[in-house]
Amino acid sequence: MMISPYYYQLLVIASINVIMALSLNLVTGCAGQLSLGHAAFMGIGAYTAGILTSVYGLSFAVALIAGGAMAALFGLLVGLPTLRLKGDYLAIATLGFGEIIRVSILNMKVTGGPFGLRGISKQTNLTIAAIAAVLVYWTMTRLMNSRFGRALTAIREDEVAAVAMGIDVTRHKVLAFVISAAWAGIAGGLFAHWFRYLHPSSFAFSASVEILSMVVLGGMGSLEGPVIGAAVLTYAPELLRGVSDFVSQHRMMFYGALLVVMMLVRPQGLVGTGLNGLRVSKFRRSRGLEQSGIDMVRRRFASAMKRAQRKGSPSPCVVNEQLADLAVRSGAGSSGTGVAGGGGEEHAGS
Amino acid sequence: MPVLELRNVSKSFGGIAAVREVSLSIEQGAILGLIGPNGAGKTTLFNLVTGIYTPDSGEILFGGRDLATLRPHEITDSGLARTFQNIRLFGQMTVLENVMIGRHCRTKAGVLGAILGIPGVRKEEAETRKRCLELLDFVGLDVDPDEKASNLSYGQQRQLEIARALATDPELLLLDEPAAGMNPQETNETTELIRRIRDAGKTILLIEHDMKMVMGMADRVAVLDHGVKIAEGTPEEVQRDPAVIRAYLGDEANVVA
Repeated sequence: MMISPYYYQLLVIASINVIMALSLNLVTGCAGQLSLGHAAFMGIGAYTAGILTSVYGLSFAVALIAGGAMAALFGLLVGLPTLRLKGDYLAIATLGFGEIIRVSILNMKVTGGPFGLRGISKQTNLTIAAIAAVLVYWTMTRLMNSRFGRALTAIREDEVAAVAMGIDVTRHKVLAFVISAAWAGIAGGLFAHWFRYLHPSSFAFSASVEILSMVVLGGMGSLEGPVIGAAVLTYAPELLRGVSDFVSQHRMMFYGALLVVMMLVRPQGLVGTGLNGLRVSKFRRSRGLEQSGIDMVRRRFASAMKRAQRKGSPSPCVVNEQLADLAVRSGAGSSGTGVAGGGGEEHAGS
Repeated sequence: MPVLELRNVSKSFGGIAAVREVSLSIEQGAILGLIGPNGAGKTTLFNLVTGIYTPDSGEILFGGRDLATLRPHEITDSGLARTFQNIRLFGQMTVLENVMIGRHCRTKAGVLGAILGIPGVRKEEAETRKRCLELLDFVGLDVDPDEKASNLSYGQQRQLEIARALATDPELLLLDEPAAGMNPQETNETTELIRRIRDAGKTILLIEHDMKMVMGMADRVAVLDHGVKIAEGTPEEVQRDPAVIRAYLGDEANVVA
């Protein structure tokens, strides 16, 4: 291939991140269960696959699948007790699980403990990583538009009603958790055979949060969202590196600020439509953070009309003047005037 | 044999007895109206029957089977469906998807089948879709099936809840204030719909504050007050019952004749 090794590596990492974000999205975005330990599943898959190829000499394909299976098993073990918990409690339980896994890896012999696991062969390439990412995307598309996916969405929207409709909530949550963990485990195997060295710190709480940021930034619950979120957050720190020396040195700070700004300006994510619990449009409206100029004109037009009617019946020309003023102030230009004109006629007719 | 039978069912929350020693039974194909002042324990009774709460004492038999042995979602599976007093639709899902959720317990496509898209799953999905569109038609909900449920009007949301409950193929349908907040015309339509559901062979347990609606439609009426069943009988009997009049209007001594 004709791309530089630097971009090649970025694309591999992006593919792995896409798998991580899409798999977390199934649990957090679709089913609405906040998990803060997703990186631990990746770690389980990475170490399992890495040990199987480097120590036991198994083939890469077998090791990848075994890594996924091991992560899925842990998903089941963790999911069964914790998914009966709700909201914050589940988040804390998954956070605790993630730390247990990290500390366990740190203290085991077979994993190399704090020295890390060395000597893993380089078997992951962009083709394999990209195929895996596409496969995950495809699986998720199928799942989302199925009886299973609908049930998960129903659980997110209203758990009590979901139960009343005959959905076995715990079973569905656990199943989602297991599928999600399996994919994270496979992503871990790809990760291990790309970097050839594993250290427990790669799978710490901060890594889980980073994956969650990708899902939230891109847009929870949609399929494009996590993909875009993963791509952007993989590339953003690298992009900042090239801006200037100052930005490069403080790039993680800028990266953090970027996230904060994004959540203020577009809390539903880059491509999200806004979900329950994340809907803050009322807050945003009260702060004057309208979606677009045209929306602002329309809303202000409505309130201007109300005010005008309360005062009595002003001539349409007065209303039009107010509207023209609003249109200019909102910067909507000619389209704003168009809306105002239409509204004026309506008023004159009444 | 009655479809649903409650035997001396009690439920307390802390020191408050929400439902005390209530016994009730509904015959196949009947409409039983459950009335009573606010806080009388009607919705608690619904939550007991649907398994959201477990009774402190007493038995709830559905088709002769003790519901205490079933988990809440299995109760729906066994043929009992409900609507909610404070509408609980899946707001971000479409109208059609909401009804399709109701078919969940009557369909069986698994995760692997869905991923692989095997013909059986596709067929089931198509049948579910068709069936749900028919149900939307049956309840008279004339909206775009792909519209988000949260965008519907209040009355339409109540209709959608009924369609969703019907999609589970219930034998017994529990309606919690289906006409609350409706205008007279919508109330009439709802009354008509409930009659049609009964005529389709379903048994109905109905909580409703609209007396005219309950009295005009129910075969029997049970009255709850402070968690106790104070009367049961035909609408005429209940309307004449002094205990019922007292519960609704206060003591006779306070009534200026």
